[in-house]
Amino acid sequence: MAAMSPTPDAVVPETEEEPKGRDLRSWLPTVRDTALAIVLALLVGAFLIAISDDDVIEALDGLFSNPGSFFVYAGDVIRHSFGAVWDAYTALVRGAVGSGSALERTLERSAPLICAGLGVALAFRAGLFNIGATGQMLVGALACGYVGFTYDLPPGIHLVVAVAAGMAAAAIWGGIVGVLKAQTGAHEVITTIMLNQIGRFTVLYFLAKESFQRPGSDNLLSPPPAENATYPTIAGLHLGIPLALLAALGVWWLLERSRLGFEMRAVGANPEASRTAGMSVAKVYIATMAIAGLLSGLAITMTLLGLQQSVTDQVVGSVGFDAITVALLGRATPLGTVLAGLLFGALSAGGLGMQTSAGVPPELIQVVQALIVLFVAAPALVRGLARVRRRRNGDKPERAEQAAAEAKGATA
Amino acid sequence: MTDVIETPTPAASEPEPRVRDRADVRRQIKLIVVLALVLLAEVWFKLEIDDPTVAHLFKGPRTKDNPPVEFDGSIVSWVAVGLTAVALLLAVANLYPRGWKGVLIAVVVGLGFYGAFLMWAYADPSGAFAPAMTNPIPGTIRIATALVFGALAGVLCERAGVVNIAIEGQFIAGAFFGSVFSSFAVVSLAAIPLFWCPVFGLLGGVLAGVGVAAMLAFFSLRYHVDQVVVGVVLVAFGYGITSFLLGQIPNDRNDQFNNPELLQSVDIPVLHEIPYIGEALFGQTLLVYLAYLSVPAVWFLLFQTRWGLRVRSVGEHPKAADTVGVDPIRIRWQAVLLGGVFAGLGGASFTLSTGAFDKEMTAGLGFISLAAVIMGRWHPIYAALAAVMFGFLRNLKDQLSILDEKVPGDLLSALPYIATIIAVAGFVGRVRAPAADGQPYQKTD
Repeated sequence: MAAMSPTPDAVVPETEEEPKGRDLRSWLPTVRDTALAIVLALLVGAFLIAISDDDVIEALDGLFSNPGSFFVYAGDVIRHSFGAVWDAYTALVRGAVGSGSALERTLERSAPLICAGLGVALAFRAGLFNIGATGQMLVGALACGYVGFTYDLPPGIHLVVAVAAGMAAAAIWGGIVGVLKAQTGAHEVITTIMLNQIGRFTVLYFLAKESFQRPGSDNLLSPPPAENATYPTIAGLHLGIPLALLAALGVWWLLERSRLGFEMRAVGANPEASRTAGMSVAKVYIATMAIAGLLSGLAITMTLLGLQQSVTDQVVGSVGFDAITVALLGRATPLGTVLAGLLFGALSAGGLGMQTSAGVPPELIQVVQALIVLFVAAPALVRGLARVRRRRNGDKPERAEQAAAEAKGATA
Repeated sequence: MTDVIETPTPAASEPEPRVRDRADVRRQIKLIVVLALVLLAEVWFKLEIDDPTVAHLFKGPRTKDNPPVEFDGSIVSWVAVGLTAVALLLAVANLYPRGWKGVLIAVVVGLGFYGAFLMWAYADPSGAFAPAMTNPIPGTIRIATALVFGALAGVLCERAGVVNIAIEGQFIAGAFFGSVFSSFAVVSLAAIPLFWCPVFGLLGGVLAGVGVAAMLAFFSLRYHVDQVVVGVVLVAFGYGITSFLLGQIPNDRNDQFNNPELLQSVDIPVLHEIPYIGEALFGQTLLVYLAYLSVPAVWFLLFQTRWGLRVRSVGEHPKAADTVGVDPIRIRWQAVLLGGVFAGLGGASFTLSTGAFDKEMTAGLGFISLAAVIMGRWHPIYAALAAVMFGFLRNLKDQLSILDEKVPGDLLSALPYIATIIAVAGFVGRVRAPAADGQPYQKTD
């Protein structure tokens, strides 16, 4: 929350800025650290699975009550632990990519994660920490859902109008944060957290209204979207999925090829210098948060119009939150976000399989995801744990990090 | 929220400053606008009422011996209108006092507004039976206990320069392990008398809170991971790990792990016999008394001890502190861990005062604690007061839920969050964080 101090300081995402694409070797440390982080997180997950498995607990009980036959029970503990972990993780893989329907589920879950993650990533690049994907998606869901189930428009047009409504509402919700930041310096972390909660109560308020209530239901539940408003399905996959990839391409173009994107990155790197150079920092903040909102709004249309869900206060689920972790894991780049979104989508779909066939609560995935991001954000820890031998000149990234941290401290 | 208007100039004692600067004029205009709006609302509330008869149950729950007491609500409404009108006149004449007198007037006007609002809400009941007003204090205390502990945790961390978004994660972990420890003590540790089992639960909550705090400190202080990132991730981690462990408790062992013995209330002699408020304030559990004591204790610790000075100095200017021989990293570790103790107690209060752990139990209250820290300007006492105010609002929403048609309870619930945005945006006073809040400190040679 550095920017609470009078000079708005950028929340720099924890990325090692690597020159992109030119040299394949420059990608290697990033890829290696990410892979190590994933493996480590899965190992911790395996430990959790093992110690909470019934057979393992029984064997441990025996171990403590009969210390005499230590080796018999210790063998049992190890055998059952491996069994439980093997069952769970094979179920995870099967649930994620094991069959056509599993793959479909993975992609369906990835699409909103990618879109919302892009919103968070975009804000990161402009030096803004957008925790508000949840609130933006909730408000987007209200608008998109309302258009989806209330009006009766011809096919195609209805879809476009519903998507536009959701995106517009979410963009306004995000834009509020940008305006507050630009006009008053209110820190976006605080305002987005608060707007998330306000969004939740806004949804609850409207869901209690008659116009949002599903006829014949006592729950706070809206009607499902009309047939004409849903994404068309091609080969089992709804149109939202290619749309998510298109959005990633758009964000890439915006960031790397457009004037606004250049200004965003400049403001993200140093708002003071950008202001001195004649850019309107206020304009950049507002535009960034509005576009981030647009992307969150697109994300929720995937859930509503792609999976044909109704609006409830739970409709966003953990997507808004996971979007942050997706963007962090993807190092705030469009390609990285797409890959991270696919990974988290696969984990989420696999978690379902893990629950049904191995009886492991799907919340384990949430733990593993959180750990992945923690480990990715602390590469020095992961390298230490994995005892990666530094190459002779391998100290370089370390030094670069230190220099970056010092620079950060100096600007404060 | 009129009570948080800051008094920036020391010239408060001058009776009528000749030259008025722009800030002064702006303050007067803000006051007039706010008070006029309050007055308008109160008059509207009064005019909306057809039959001013309302009933209250302030003495205790509805029983045969304790029927609802009916009275004429219009007195309350008129008194509120009168008070606000006086305050408005003072503001118009630029005689509205600064300092604690101004705050006092604001509180009185606020209470009047609350009264007028209640009269409007409870008059002219639409249903078949007339709901009676009940005492707001017990519910407020119940919610505010957790919020106060969370706010203290936030203040301690942020004063030392570590942003703590993870209060919600500490709450959920504290709630879970509080329940587990309390249940475990009842079933498996026969040596502990039943009264002390929930206290053992508190220990579990504290351990969990400190555990999450240690993760926050480890990643943000040792590895310089962005503190907001760690906080956000720890909230997800807390939700995930508690839900996972809850899902792994077999049904037949529920008694052993998630059936906590609750904290019992202990009456404080004499004080708990005060009519209306005594039972609610002084017939409470140990944890509530602990909350009462913690607030001045943290204030004392931060502002009257050497350690507190060090904490505040590493939060404002770690380099300067380092120069005079205070190790910022060490002090930050200590502050974050101590904050974890309080956050864990706050988390434990969820299960040890209501019952078995449920994964949606904390319901975003950790974020309200964060809001209270900001509204309270990073000061333990103000933050605790803000926490009590937010607890009061949350409780008001619960109490008014039976009057759903008149009062949109969901919008009322959103009020603390809206208030926080207004405060952060600087519409009411100015809110400034510790200067080094959120910035990693790295020793340079």
